Amino acid sequence: MDVILFLLFAIIAVVCAINVVVQTHPISSALSLVGVMGSLAVLYLLLGAEFIAAAQLIVYAGAIMVLFIFVIMLLNAGAEGKRGRSFMASLLGVPLLVALLGLLAYFVQRVFPTARVHFGGFKGGSPRDVGLALFTTYLLPFEITSLLILIAIIGAVVLARKEMD
Amino acid sequence: MSSTLLGIPSFYIIALIKIAIVVGILLQVLAYLQWVERKVIAHVQVRPGPYRVGWHGLLQPLADVIKLITKEDMIPPFANKFFFLLAPFLAVFMALLSIAVIPFGPMIDVAGHQTYMELTNVNIGVLFILAVSSMGVYGIALAGWSSNNKYSLLGGLRSSAQMVSYELPMSLAIAAPLLLSNSLSLRTIVETQAGSIIHWNVLRGPFPQIVSFVIFLIAAFAETNRIPFDLPEAENELVAGFHTEYSSMKFASFFMAEYANMITVSAMATILFLGGWMAPWPVRYGSSLVPSVICAFAGLILLYHGANAVRARDKKSFPVFGVLFLIVAAGFLAPMVQSWLMPLFWFIAKTGGILFAFMWIRATLPRFRYDQLMAFAWKFLFPVAIVNLLVTGFMVAWFQ
Repeated sequence: MDVILFLLFAIIAVVCAINVVVQTHPISSALSLVGVMGSLAVLYLLLGAEFIAAAQLIVYAGAIMVLFIFVIMLLNAGAEGKRGRSFMASLLGVPLLVALLGLLAYFVQRVFPTARVHFGGFKGGSPRDVGLALFTTYLLPFEITSLLILIAIIGAVVLARKEMD
Repeated sequence: MSSTLLGIPSFYIIALIKIAIVVGILLQVLAYLQWVERKVIAHVQVRPGPYRVGWHGLLQPLADVIKLITKEDMIPPFANKFFFLLAPFLAVFMALLSIAVIPFGPMIDVAGHQTYMELTNVNIGVLFILAVSSMGVYGIALAGWSSNNKYSLLGGLRSSAQMVSYELPMSLAIAAPLLLSNSLSLRTIVETQAGSIIHWNVLRGPFPQIVSFVIFLIAAFAETNRIPFDLPEAENELVAGFHTEYSSMKFASFFMAEYANMITVSAMATILFLGGWMAPWPVRYGSSLVPSVICAFAGLILLYHGANAVRARDKKSFPVFGVLFLIVAAGFLAPMVQSWLMPLFWFIAKTGGILFAFMWIRATLPRFRYDQLMAFAWKFLFPVAIVNLLVTGFMVAWFQ
């Protein structure tokens, strides 16, 4: 059952990811990205990391992608045309892509030879564990990250004000 | 759960029965909530409301459904067909999905099988509902965009901006009672509020959550696009907002989604702040007699007015309904139904009370202006929610 669900949602994730690139309309691409986020959340759930799964949905699919779509709708971006496709690109691109995937698979096999996936076997994914780790072991990185995000927000506000003046 | 029935694990059979019951009742409630709302608003405005189809308009929902099904199903010529069809489906799917994790009552015993009165218990139930409700905005935003209509687009834009803004105070308002209950499972949250009304999160020490209850309700109005926050469908500026181009059952899906969202947020408010299915005072002081007393009182009033009837037909109809109410009152006293009917009664009473507040406010308040709406969320609601969460955190850390 777990394997079937894994395969199903892994395939959905990959198909959606390819669709993000292939689609010509920005809204279709953004929604395919939502599909990727959703299937990734299901994969987290299958591993037993339910908090990460929920956070993935709330933060990425529910907030960030809504903002993306909001901006696309606001700018009323239309479909992009396909142009400038050279024959050489597809001639070289496809073998290179296959080679890249093959290398990736080879190195994963080399670096983690004994890796096994245990569905639902992941411990430490509950909200309590995540919170404890975040506020004890990783307190410094957490605070630095929040500072970074604050700087980014202030920077965005400053840049936006300069545009308006 | 290892027992079997006809060779199938009883877990599956119980789950299927529960799904059938919950879905059946939910769809009826969705249809009749609209009738109730029209009646409530009508009576607030001193008019009778739906009165023609059936007794006091009781068959109005059925007539509406028939009307909607038989209407012409239009797709505008320049709409994006795929997303135009996807949007209502998404909206109603996300709205109905949340019901799956709402607990209605404690563990009950049915013919030797013990089961919880809910579809499934997720140990991150609160996060699940937040995630699903934040996905619901796609339905509205896509509907607005794919219709290829400027009013729809403006409605969709307004809706997505509004929902993203009000999600923040809502999440912060939810986080405060979670600190008191120390759990993310909706069932555990209710169970920590057992006892009496002073143990409910809204009144419970060390820091009563009255402020976050009010913030949650305000944000819930905005999240469900209800008056006074129904800017996405403001009819005097935007025709009908995001669903201008929709007709027939696709329009009905948006309607259903709105009412299902209303039920979900009311149930969430009940669970998080009002003690879920817990009675306001213990059984030994007679909390289990409340429904019987209410029904018996209603029955006696009807019998009295039947005896002193003004209109001729009341001489017959009032006593009939009076006796019916007395039978219901006696039914609530039967010991075998007490264990499951009492929790259900309190849960429905609290949820229904909040739903009534939704309708009451719709009948009385005007609509916000759009800049007021945003300023209210970011300059008032959000800071208040943060301060409330901070104070709650300090109090919980200090006293526990």
